[in-house]
Amino acid sequence: MLRDEDRIFTNLYGYQSFGLEAARKRGDWDGTKEMLEKGVDWIVSEMKESGLRGRGGAGFPTGLKWSFMPKETDGRPSYLVVNADEGEPGTCKDREIMRHDPHKLIEGCLIAGFAMNAVAAYIYIRGEFYREAEALQTAIDEAYDAGLIGRNACGSGYDFDVYVHRGMGAYICGEETALIESLEGKKGQPRLKPPFPANVGVWGCPTTVNNVESIAVAPTILRRGSGWFAGIGRPNNTGTKLFCISGHVNNPCNVEEEMGIPLKELLEKHAGGVRGGWDNLLAVIPGGSSVPVLPKSICDTVLMDFDSLKEVQSGLGTAAVIVMDKSTDIVKAIARLSKFYKHESCGQCTPCREGTGWMWRVMERLVVGEAEKQEIDMLLEVSKQIEGHTICALGDAAAWPVQGLIRHFRPEIERRIEANTGSRAA
Amino acid sequence: MSSTTDHQPASFAFTPEYMDKAKAHVAKYPDGRQASAVMPLLDLAQRQNGGWLPRKAIEYVADMLDMPSIRALEVATFYTMYNLEPVGENLVEVCTTTPCWLRGSDDIVKACEKTLGISLGGTTPDGKFTLVEAECLGACVNAPMMQIGDDYYEDLDADSTERVLNALKRGETPKPGPQGSRRLTEPAGGPTTLLDQKGAS
Repeated sequence: MLRDEDRIFTNLYGYQSFGLEAARKRGDWDGTKEMLEKGVDWIVSEMKESGLRGRGGAGFPTGLKWSFMPKETDGRPSYLVVNADEGEPGTCKDREIMRHDPHKLIEGCLIAGFAMNAVAAYIYIRGEFYREAEALQTAIDEAYDAGLIGRNACGSGYDFDVYVHRGMGAYICGEETALIESLEGKKGQPRLKPPFPANVGVWGCPTTVNNVESIAVAPTILRRGSGWFAGIGRPNNTGTKLFCISGHVNNPCNVEEEMGIPLKELLEKHAGGVRGGWDNLLAVIPGGSSVPVLPKSICDTVLMDFDSLKEVQSGLGTAAVIVMDKSTDIVKAIARLSKFYKHESCGQCTPCREGTGWMWRVMERLVVGEAEKQEIDMLLEVSKQIEGHTICALGDAAAWPVQGLIRHFRPEIERRIEANTGSRAA
Repeated sequence: MSSTTDHQPASFAFTPEYMDKAKAHVAKYPDGRQASAVMPLLDLAQRQNGGWLPRKAIEYVADMLDMPSIRALEVATFYTMYNLEPVGENLVEVCTTTPCWLRGSDDIVKACEKTLGISLGGTTPDGKFTLVEAECLGACVNAPMMQIGDDYYEDLDADSTERVLNALKRGETPKPGPQGSRRLTEPAGGPTTLLDQKGAS
C-alpha cells in the first residue's frame, strides 16, 4: 500500500481548508520560483523522466505532450487549457482536487504554462460543479493577491493568467477539440485532426489540453524529483493515482493509491470489499463507463494500470472502478450506459449519431430477451462499424461497453432470449 | 401544454448588477474573442430570469457579444443546462446513470415522485419544483445523488430524499453534500489513509 508520506493529495477528503495558508502548510507553492528558474528544458525533461501518463483517460505521456508546443512564437500566443469537464460515469476525482486542493492545480497551471510558454490557462470545469468552481475561483483570487500568478508570477519575471470557464452540461466537451470549440463560444462538436491543438488550438493559437489531475501532480513531481514518482508503480505505469470506487462495495470512496495495485487489494483495503464478499462479485468496469467490463475471473488477479488492463482488453481510463455484485442485472447496467452515450452524442458523425441510438434500442430489447440470437452478432458488427469511424472517441466509447458485455456475458444474453422465446411459445 | 410563445417576455436586459458580472466574464478572453463569453452570459441571463432562458435573452446576449443570434441560439439549444422553458423554483435533477442506478437511484426517483406528486419531467402546480432525470453528475462514490439548483445532495436513500424535499417545501435550506454521517468521499467505514490529517483537523 502507498505510504501516507508518498501521497500527493493530502487534503483529498477536505479535512483541512482549501485556502492558501493551509495549502502552503501542505507544501504547495514551496520554491515555485526556483523551479521556474531551472528552465523549460529541465521541467519538460523531469516530467518525461517521471513517466507521468495523462490522467484523463487516454494515458498519453504528459511531458511529451508539453514538448510538442512551439519553442519559438510566430506572433501567436500559446495557451494551456485544463480539462475539468469531468463527466465520465464513475469518475469524481477532479472534483475533489478543485474543491479541496485547488492550489495544487493552480501552481501546476503556472509551471505547465511556463514550460509551454503560454500566456494563460483556461480551466474548463463542468457547469454542474458550481460550488467547485466557486472554491477554485476563490483560490485563484488568493493566488493573484499573493503575487503567485498574474504579472511577474512568483517574482519570476513571467506573466501568467488563470481563468475559470464553466461548461453547461455536455459530456462531449471532455473531448479536447470539442472543449476548445466550446471555449470559443460554440457548440461542443469535435474538430478533425490534424491540425492538432499544439499547432492550431483555441482561437487558432497553439494549445495544450491536460486533465486536472495531470496538472495538479506536476508541482509535487518536480519538488520531489522524477525519480521519486517513477519509483512508484511499475515501468511505463508509474506514480500515484486517484481511484474512484463506486457501485456494490461496502464503502464507496475516492482514494490515492499506487499505480498497478491489484484490483482486489484496492477494493478490500479501501472500499470495505465487495458487498457480500469477494465471491459475490459479478463484474467490474475498471476505468469509467467507456472501458469494457471485466468478469470476476479476470478481476481476481488484474493489476490497476494502463498496460495490465489493456492486456485484458479493457483500460485504466480515468481509474473509476464501478463494481457490480451478483444481484446486478448486467445487461441493464450496460444498457443504461448505451442510453448515456445516445444522450451525449453530439450528432456530428452519422455512425455515432445513428449508431448510439440503434445500439441502445437493441440493448433495451436484450434486457428482456425480446430478440433473436443472431441479433447479438449483428449488434457486435454494428458496434464495430461505429468504433473507429467517427471524428472523436465517443463512438468508440459507446461501442466498447457493448462489446465487453457480449465478450464476457453472451450466455446471459442468450439465456434471456431463450426464456423469452420459451414464454412466447407457451 | 401551452405554446412556447405564451410565456416569452417581450424584452430582456441585464440589470446593472448582472451587467457588471457579464463584463467581468467578457474581460477573461482576448480582444476580439468576446464570443467566448456566450456561455457564461447565457447562464447569467438564465439566473436573472428565474432559471430559464427566454428567446429575447438569447438575442440580447448575441447582440452584446456582436455575434449572429443564430450562433447564440445554437449554443443555448446544444447544452443541457440551458432551460428554454420555465422551470420550477427548485430544479430537482436525479442522476440515474449506472453508478447511481447500482446504488438504488430508482428508489430516489420514486421518492421524489411520491413526495412532490409529479412524474419525471413534471412541474408542481405551485411552480416550486420541476423534477427531471440527469445523466452522470460526477459524484459517483456518493451515489445515489441528486442536484437541486447549484447544490448536490448525496448518499441518498428514500427517507433522506423525502427529508430534503420537504425542507425545501417549507422554505428551508437543507444541508447539501452526503446525507449520511461520512465526510464527503472518504470511505463510509472511516478513512483508510490520511489518518493523521483527520486528527489534525
